Amino acid sequence: MENASHLLSLILFTPLIGAVVLLLLPKAATTAIRGVANVFALAGFLVSVPLWFRLDQTTANYQFVERFRWIPSIGAEYLLGVDGLSALLVLLTTLMGAIAVAASWTAITERVKEYYVFLLLLQTGMIGAFVALDFLLFFLFWEVMLVPMYFLIGIWGSDNRLYSAIKFFLYTLAGSVVLLLGILTLYFAFHDATGVYTFDIARYQTFAFAPALQWWVFLAFFLGFAIKVPMFPFHTWLPDAHTDAPTAASVILAAVLLKMGTYGFLRFSLPMLPTATHVFLPLVVTLALIGVIYGALVALAQKDWKRLVAYSSVSHMAMVMLGMFALNPVGVTGSIIQQLNHGISTGALFLLVGIVYERRHTRAIAEYGGLSKVMPVYAAIFLFMTMSSIGLPALNGFIGELLILQGVFAVSKVWAGVAALGIVLGAAYMLWLYQRTMFGRIEHPKNEDLADVGPREFATFVPLIILAIWIGLYPAPFINRLNTSVARIVTRVSPQYADVFKAAGIDCGAGAPQAPAVAAAGVPSFAPPLASSALSASSAASAVPATSGGTAPAAGGGLGGFGSAPCADPAAAAGGETHK
Amino acid sequence: MRLIWLVPCLPALGALVNGLAGVRLFSRRTSGAIACTALLAAFGLSAVAFIQLLGLSPVSRVVDVVLWTWIPRMPLQLTSATLGSFSVPLALRLDALSAVMLLVVTGIGSVIHLYATAYMAEEPRGGYARFFAYLNLFCAFMLLLVLGSNFLVMFIGWEGVGLASYLLIGFYYERPSAADAGKKAFLTNRVGDWGLLLGILLVFATFGTVDFREVAAMVAALPAGAHVGVVSAICLLLFIGATGKSAQVPLHVWLPDAMEGPTPVSALIHAATMVTAGVYLVARNAVLFSHAPQVMTVIAVVGVVTALFAATIALVQPDIKRVLAYSTVSQLGFMFTALGLGGFTAAVFHLVTHAFFKALLFLGSGSVIHALGGEQDMRRMGGLRKFLPVTYMTMFVGALAIAGIPPLSGFFSKDEILLRAFLSNRAIWAVAVLTALLTAFYMFRLMALTFFGEFRGAPAESPLLLDGEVPHAHAPHEAPSMMTVPLMVLAVGAIAAGFLGVPAALFGRNAFEHFLLPVFTSPGHAELAHAGAHGVSVGGEVGLMALSVVVAVAGIALARRWYVVHPERAGAVAAQWPRLHRLLLRRYFVDEFYGVTIIRGTLASSRWLWRFDTGLVDGLVNGSGKLTLITSWFSGLTDRTVVDALVNLLGRTVAQASGVVRSLQSGLVQNYALLMLFGIFAFVTLYLFV
Repeated sequence: MENASHLLSLILFTPLIGAVVLLLLPKAATTAIRGVANVFALAGFLVSVPLWFRLDQTTANYQFVERFRWIPSIGAEYLLGVDGLSALLVLLTTLMGAIAVAASWTAITERVKEYYVFLLLLQTGMIGAFVALDFLLFFLFWEVMLVPMYFLIGIWGSDNRLYSAIKFFLYTLAGSVVLLLGILTLYFAFHDATGVYTFDIARYQTFAFAPALQWWVFLAFFLGFAIKVPMFPFHTWLPDAHTDAPTAASVILAAVLLKMGTYGFLRFSLPMLPTATHVFLPLVVTLALIGVIYGALVALAQKDWKRLVAYSSVSHMAMVMLGMFALNPVGVTGSIIQQLNHGISTGALFLLVGIVYERRHTRAIAEYGGLSKVMPVYAAIFLFMTMSSIGLPALNGFIGELLILQGVFAVSKVWAGVAALGIVLGAAYMLWLYQRTMFGRIEHPKNEDLADVGPREFATFVPLIILAIWIGLYPAPFINRLNTSVARIVTRVSPQYADVFKAAGIDCGAGAPQAPAVAAAGVPSFAPPLASSALSASSAASAVPATSGGTAPAAGGGLGGFGSAPCADPAAAAGGETHK
Repeated sequence: MRLIWLVPCLPALGALVNGLAGVRLFSRRTSGAIACTALLAAFGLSAVAFIQLLGLSPVSRVVDVVLWTWIPRMPLQLTSATLGSFSVPLALRLDALSAVMLLVVTGIGSVIHLYATAYMAEEPRGGYARFFAYLNLFCAFMLLLVLGSNFLVMFIGWEGVGLASYLLIGFYYERPSAADAGKKAFLTNRVGDWGLLLGILLVFATFGTVDFREVAAMVAALPAGAHVGVVSAICLLLFIGATGKSAQVPLHVWLPDAMEGPTPVSALIHAATMVTAGVYLVARNAVLFSHAPQVMTVIAVVGVVTALFAATIALVQPDIKRVLAYSTVSQLGFMFTALGLGGFTAAVFHLVTHAFFKALLFLGSGSVIHALGGEQDMRRMGGLRKFLPVTYMTMFVGALAIAGIPPLSGFFSKDEILLRAFLSNRAIWAVAVLTALLTAFYMFRLMALTFFGEFRGAPAESPLLLDGEVPHAHAPHEAPSMMTVPLMVLAVGAIAAGFLGVPAALFGRNAFEHFLLPVFTSPGHAELAHAGAHGVSVGGEVGLMALSVVVAVAGIALARRWYVVHPERAGAVAAQWPRLHRLLLRRYFVDEFYGVTIIRGTLASSRWLWRFDTGLVDGLVNGSGKLTLITSWFSGLTDRTVVDALVNLLGRTVAQASGVVRSLQSGLVQNYALLMLFGIFAFVTLYLFV
């Protein structure tokens, strides 16, 4: 089935072709440049739409695979392919790319041509990182992304742009170098064991590397990815980069670039290094829990609108990491869904800041206030996105948070309790921001005649609003596309799920589970629940009959085994862990 | 009944239309008509569904409507031995409890919507449509809350009404106090929601489902005394959520501030419906809570403490709406007392009657405020009986009802709670009776200050007016019929609603209890919620009723004496105990306490952490950057002074050495010839003599 279609190459190179076309245009023809850039960004999204429809949800194998020789002497290949995880992230990238390009129409007036060239180059870099199945190719794209972003911040940014751009570049580069070391270590270890020189990710994912090796490589990967996520305490580049980046770069940075880190964990660290994953689990979870609370509290203290949203990203991405390291299907699915949600909500929040920044050229929260009066549509969109960001049920954020918390709860009630505190604080900083900017009387004379969002600006929000409601009310199409990817990842790190997935008819891939003794070691013990002990039984229990029922419980067979379910000492099962 | 999904959808549609189009396009009349029609239609549907439900046999009054799979199935290992599967349908359920709640929400909601069309008449067009969009949105979420067949669908409604409440409290967003109050309400509720959400997670982790009936069935199947720990934990967490939404101590602080919203909002959301969601939550899970006796005690104690605590504050508040707000907190406390003592029907009964008389009292106060051009301070009211006869009469009915004078509705419902308390716990009963006395007193204090005596205020400009509003310059006048008719309708309800549940001791059959009881019991466990309901003789029951009537009359008489007959007495009493008066007036300083502890603590720690972030965490990053720079400067220095110097030294050495050698190579042939001659001479000498 390889090379059956060149869909991924098409998606990958459409923005690049756009960049080349832009280079051929004369510098002064700014309107033409803007038009061409928008056309190619939109085309980039449109050519990626078939990914949504043509993705096979029943297989755990990589799809749309393209494989060509690249550097045969070292076994490097031009190898592309996606699964549900990367397909959704590619779609997020192309959509946010189109939105970011559209949002730049009036914001950028200097060096227009270079700006759009960099923006489109960035697109290709990000898509490439998501679709590459060759580790070296991945690394190439991973590095390619840095350069345009560096220039976008450094040239079109605000006040402190050079400092922020260099900080962003060097910090990420430092992580990348260690990441490359990790990649090469795996490359040689794989050769030592099999005699084959290859960077094929899929083969690494089914190979059992030696535990000691895994330990070192996990550490290397962790540094590379944790900086990108960014996890506490590697996050300080983010507020600076966000604050000084132009709107479109902030949107891309929040919506897509940060996902590179979490994608790295899901694609490489967990499946390739399952043993080390369990070893480092306490460290990652601790940092994630700190990040949730810490990011939210620091956000509360911010006086700069963009910096506040940036710190909220730290908190949200920590939540994503926490869900991932629950290492069960619900937590990992929630983690991926929350990555999409964060892209949608935070992307929109940066767009919103960009709109007022374009009008007033300040990000200081104190400069605003009372905007509801003059910008009612803006206020309504901002409220909607605020609610999406703080996880109002029936909007997207809630689905992610719920799945993450439910997944985490099954591992540790204390972790879930602490993480849920982040949701309380999340409401605090967002509503306070909303009050300070939107409510009250207009104090600043310059705010009195601010124009409300125009049609072009409004159009950039429409897809995000639709997605927020869609994921909030009917997330099944998204979750179903992720099932097999999640199953493949979870089976590698929690082999006890292999049979569960088989029983549920979910393909979890060919990856032979690691030695179970090692893999199960990191899962803390907790009080046994009262639930019925078989998957089939509890599926019957939750199938609610849609008819007017009698008094007989609708639970069916699930309750049969209830009385005989193994129950621990009730005192041990008590809520001691829960509400201390 | 299959169309029950339309009930929340209609107001949602109304909200959408008014919110998207109405704000720009519609006249006030159209916006109001759309909102009212949407809710009246929902009321009609609810009534039809209710009648159809009555047609079924009591045990089969459960209708499930699954709309779609909200969260698809995912396996989840709950322990090493047990496996669950997480899946949540977006499903609605109509049963006796939700039917009652539907009627309350849509019925009283419709009346309040109609009232609001007149009350908000001076609002600008866009604001008017926005108001009705929010109001409809609230109803939609509230209806979803009571219809949801599982915890998570209920949670959508639960958070949704919180959002609507936030928007409506902060409706006059230009007023900082309104914006503050909205935020406070949302955040206080979020604290409660933390407990609720964890409770729901624990429900799933324990039972493998979040469906109310399945959970109840599993709990009922538990052997007595088994898993008390985990069930108690669940109930306690859920109750934390309930205290937030229903403004119970210690999370009660948001409700009085919520009175910043327009008065119809206070009536609908912060008296009749939303704040009872906590009561609904506990009642909905009656079977679960019945298995956690310690938590039930906690609920009863929190309830009765809240009831007394709020009633004492209501005694001295000068703001008419704040008195009613604390009264609401207090009455909700009564409901929780009933819940904690196992009186689920009594609690829901009181919820229904309270919805009528408290909505009536709020709307009446709205009529007063409207007549006085925004004045809410009772010290500037008085003597309004003459000017507002309809408002006066209807509010009088409401006051009698809440005081518990027979045969008004409050009498029956409050008495059922008192009876249950008497049977279960005499200490709780005594506090409840004291609270009943205070209730009668503060309500008639309110009536006296508002309607009796002489008019004390000139209808002057009030600080609550916004720029655009023109203060009423003429004498107070009765509200238009669009406002008085709803008052009369609610007054009829406040009189009659009690007859739904006339106890057997008074020759009634308590139809209400019989209707609801199947919801609160699981099959075969009917005694759980019903235990001890008839532990006292008919004579004893009538005696208790007589006592509570005496208490109510005493409270009214005292209020009359202090505020009507001898108006100077009240001030004298307050002067006698200045500290106590101040304590009550300042609401026990709870807000101040939270202000200096939780709020200031959070803000201080957030600022500290920010300094930590920029100072230490980022300092390390910048420090390592600087370190690199310094290192490179040094290596540059070394490069120039050591490495390069060595290279130069070598060069110079070579150059100097070559300078010596260079002098030999002068390029003059005769020199070379001379050297060659010397050479030959030397070699020859060596050859000859060595």
